[in-house]
Amino acid sequence: MSQQISVRIDNELYTATEGRTILQVAADNGRSIPTLCYLEGLSAPGSCRLCLVEVAGVGRLLPACTTPARSGMSVTTNSDALAHNRLMALELLFIERNHVCSVCVSNGHCELQSMAQRLGMTHVHLPYNFPRLPVDVSHPRFVLDHNRCILCSRCVRVCDEIEGAQVWDISARGINSMLVAELDRPWGEAQSCTSCGKCVQVCPTGALVEKGQAVEEMTKRNRIVTDLAVKRGART
Amino acid sequence: MRKPRLATMWLDGCSGCHMSLLDVDEGLLTIAAKAELVYSPLVDAREYPHDVDVAIVEGAVSSDEDLEKIRLVRERTRILVALGDCAITTNVTGLRNPLPLKSIFDRVYIDGSDVEKVHPTEGLPTLLKHAIPLHDVVKVDLHVPGCPPSAPLILHVLTELLDGRMPDLRGRRFG
Repeated sequence: MSQQISVRIDNELYTATEGRTILQVAADNGRSIPTLCYLEGLSAPGSCRLCLVEVAGVGRLLPACTTPARSGMSVTTNSDALAHNRLMALELLFIERNHVCSVCVSNGHCELQSMAQRLGMTHVHLPYNFPRLPVDVSHPRFVLDHNRCILCSRCVRVCDEIEGAQVWDISARGINSMLVAELDRPWGEAQSCTSCGKCVQVCPTGALVEKGQAVEEMTKRNRIVTDLAVKRGART
Repeated sequence: MRKPRLATMWLDGCSGCHMSLLDVDEGLLTIAAKAELVYSPLVDAREYPHDVDVAIVEGAVSSDEDLEKIRLVRERTRILVALGDCAITTNVTGLRNPLPLKSIFDRVYIDGSDVEKVHPTEGLPTLLKHAIPLHDVVKVDLHVPGCPPSAPLILHVLTELLDGRMPDLRGRRFG
């Protein structure tokens, strides 16, 4: 039997099972911390930096999705500094590639877009990067639009951890990072792809979508993947 | 007491934001009662006037002419409002930004033309390398999101501003 611990989140005292992350303990108690790369049922890479929280006695910010809650820990999930940092992380995602909502199939159903709304973003202070990026339409059913990819790696993880096909990976580093199918070949030529579409369903933006969708038509069902993972007892 | 002086300007956009302004319908009478419209694509004034209280600007800054205009607006206006997504993010007008200018001109004036296959050189404003948001070049006091912003939102913003209040538009849909 796992040990029960006491954790303080935003000055409220909660009881939690040892081993649960700060994000999970917060969620268990109805407190929602902003996330983008995290998806319940998949491993957490802690890469989008939106869920950063302050932990008393720790000199730096920690991602709530990868940090286990410890007994006696005091966590702050909301402060002016955190709000500023989250907005900055979000702005960096918006400037990196070409997120043109008005002509996107995911407009209105996009987690990046709704995060901007949630965090009260009115405009992006930093200059946009406007990179020239390809769109891969080689798959018979799906599209990969690199312009809208935020490199959250949900697709990489779902394909590896749930489907077991390991089609996706991130190549290169930093600003040059790109989502690649197999060893960087057109998606339609990836022999390991089972065309299950899980990557499409978990993609938070319009980067992975079904063909034949017009603007605002693409809705995602990422709960399918979460439910599947939970049923298999992989992660909760 | 004089009425607040209102201006509207159309830079690199599709005029959809101005169409949405017209969609305010009878609300236009409310606005007309509160403000004096001193400059707009909808009125016959050649030069942007001095001493403007509120200016709503549609579109991105895409050419040297846009740049000149928006700087003049900033200089002569108390409250400058970025109206719509092109003014805020460049939106559709920024779709050209990843492409080199030459390839765009070739596509339009060489490949797309049956006669006189040449790049135009006279009488046209020079395009900037990128279409850019207003706040990249001037201070913007309020961003009104939408493609286009809805008529009720425009009416709300204008009535608030003309009554001397600054609306808080955080938490609205972005992009």
